[in-house]
Amino acid sequence: MTFWLLLTVNSVTFGGLLFLLSAGFSLIFGLMRIPNLTHGSMFMVGAYLGTTLLSGALGFTLNFWVAAVIAALEVAILGALMERLLLRRLAGQQLAQVLVTLGVSFMVADLCLMGWGGDPISVATPPHLNGFIRFAGAAFPLYRMAVILIAVVFAIALWLMLERTRLGAMIRAGVDDPQMARVVGIRVSQLFTIVFALGAGLAGFAGVIGGPILSVYPGLDQDMLPLALVVVILGGTGSLLGSFVGSIVIGFLYNFGQALLPELAYFILFLPMVLVLVLRPQGLFGGQIL
Amino acid sequence: MSSLAAGPTKTALSGAAVGRGVAIIVAVLALVAVPYVIGQLYYVNIASQVLLYAVFALGINVLVGYAGLVSLGHAGLFGIAAYIDAYLLSAGYGHTVAILAALVGALAATAVFAALSLRATGISFIMITLALGEIIWGLAYRWISITGGDNGISVSTRPAPFGIALDSPQAFYEATLVIFLMSIATVAIFVRSPFGAALCGTRDQPRRMNALGYHVWMIRFGACLFSGLLTAVAGILFVYYNEFISPQALALTASAEGLLMVISGGAGTLLGPVIGAALVVIVKNVVSAYITRWNFMLGAIFVAIVVFMPEGLVPGLVRLTRSAWSATGRRRTAPVPAGTQR
Repeated sequence: MTFWLLLTVNSVTFGGLLFLLSAGFSLIFGLMRIPNLTHGSMFMVGAYLGTTLLSGALGFTLNFWVAAVIAALEVAILGALMERLLLRRLAGQQLAQVLVTLGVSFMVADLCLMGWGGDPISVATPPHLNGFIRFAGAAFPLYRMAVILIAVVFAIALWLMLERTRLGAMIRAGVDDPQMARVVGIRVSQLFTIVFALGAGLAGFAGVIGGPILSVYPGLDQDMLPLALVVVILGGTGSLLGSFVGSIVIGFLYNFGQALLPELAYFILFLPMVLVLVLRPQGLFGGQIL
Repeated sequence: MSSLAAGPTKTALSGAAVGRGVAIIVAVLALVAVPYVIGQLYYVNIASQVLLYAVFALGINVLVGYAGLVSLGHAGLFGIAAYIDAYLLSAGYGHTVAILAALVGALAATAVFAALSLRATGISFIMITLALGEIIWGLAYRWISITGGDNGISVSTRPAPFGIALDSPQAFYEATLVIFLMSIATVAIFVRSPFGAALCGTRDQPRRMNALGYHVWMIRFGACLFSGLLTAVAGILFVYYNEFISPQALALTASAEGLLMVISGGAGTLLGPVIGAALVVIVKNVVSAYITRWNFMLGAIFVAIVVFMPEGLVPGLVRLTRSAWSATGRRRTAPVPAGTQR
């Protein structure tokens, strides 16, 4: 019983991390019509920047959450620069844009290897969240609870932003019909930069707060990118609800698969994607983008 | 005027056909002679690598170039063939059984992949093939009882077709060359066939092809199978070349390298993927001899080619030679209309 409860908590935690990662991925795909293949790299860069900010290598040690926010901002700036300097040059050529993101992801992976070395770096849990919550005879790590809480807060905040603000309305308009949005005077190309930076920042933030759970290692980007892809194929592109549901489903499959059938865990992870593709190619909550 | 023009063009065409025939024969002879000319085993091995990756790139090009479907999962198909071959060999089966099973297994996997990823086209096709390729990589990496995980599977022998041992690098090169020539000839025939023409039609005008009564999905499915077959052949060559297979050969990087070969050489051309394969293999080996940052180079080349030379090397060069050729032609023919007599 305790085993199952713990597994469930771990699944929801991982699902929360995946949501932070894939929400941006899904929005970028929805708006710009390209899968941003650097999204895993953004996650990894965020995580690595976090380790540097936390390790005191810069001469000072930051509070965990401050470090997470700073790393997220840095990654957001990186994302905005990439959109402005590279993708903007290839406007309208989706294939070229995808290939450029792929090329950049290899460059980023190699730069991280150069900068932070090949050894995995473990990240300490923030001290004030080191404890456990005892419930139903099991002890739940406080940090994982905090991650779940953060994911939920972000989900609500993103939802409010998309549904209740002017910016959100513009993004929704851009996702639904970019040409019409342009016609009515929305600067869609500016939205591209904003959404790209937002998505990158969320991924970077997820990388830092995922650090104590996953640790940081070369290849983390290649581990996370397919998961984001699967979540978005499952949930549908450009849909926040889709990312949320997809993330939780994948979080459960990933953790239960690892615990019960470790050799085939990766395979099980992709089964729902196959099912969705066969039965509902646009994803569970997707529009007509796919 | 038109009848006057027809005469010289006809002879020029047949002249071009003869020239092309001669060029092909010279090129084949030159390729056969490669190991005896360069001598050093290291370079013979690199030449074998170029040829086996050229087969891989030819396979990817069938989809990317002629069908207009960009796949990032081909390393998975490559790996399925390689792993089936290596696994059966290590389980004690003969080469014939292992190779046939590898081809059949890879084709079956291609059929499943194609059925799933052809639910979409364009960017979504890339995403789905990427995810499928990652599944195969994950299986190779984690399904340790079958694949040996990170340790991979070693293969101790190479096959000996018609009693010719392929253990020496030269012999292996020549065998790879035979398979490469068969592959490129098959692709050339395929492209000229009605099916190839229909495939290009589905790439350029899928809706019109559909309206004309072509079964667009079926044509694309056939192209996927053909592409998968070539990829499987390359995978089997890879196993015998390295006498080893590990998950690294299936990673996204491998699919991206294959795609880079096609795009850098020129997608949708016959020789483009071959030139691209040579470029990537040579740069990879030369660069990794000096610096360890091959992945950075790969990414940088990728970005540079996509941004600055999206058409690829071969179409770019063809365009340049054509314009140079027509320039010289104009100079030669210019006096004729002027009324000079010979």
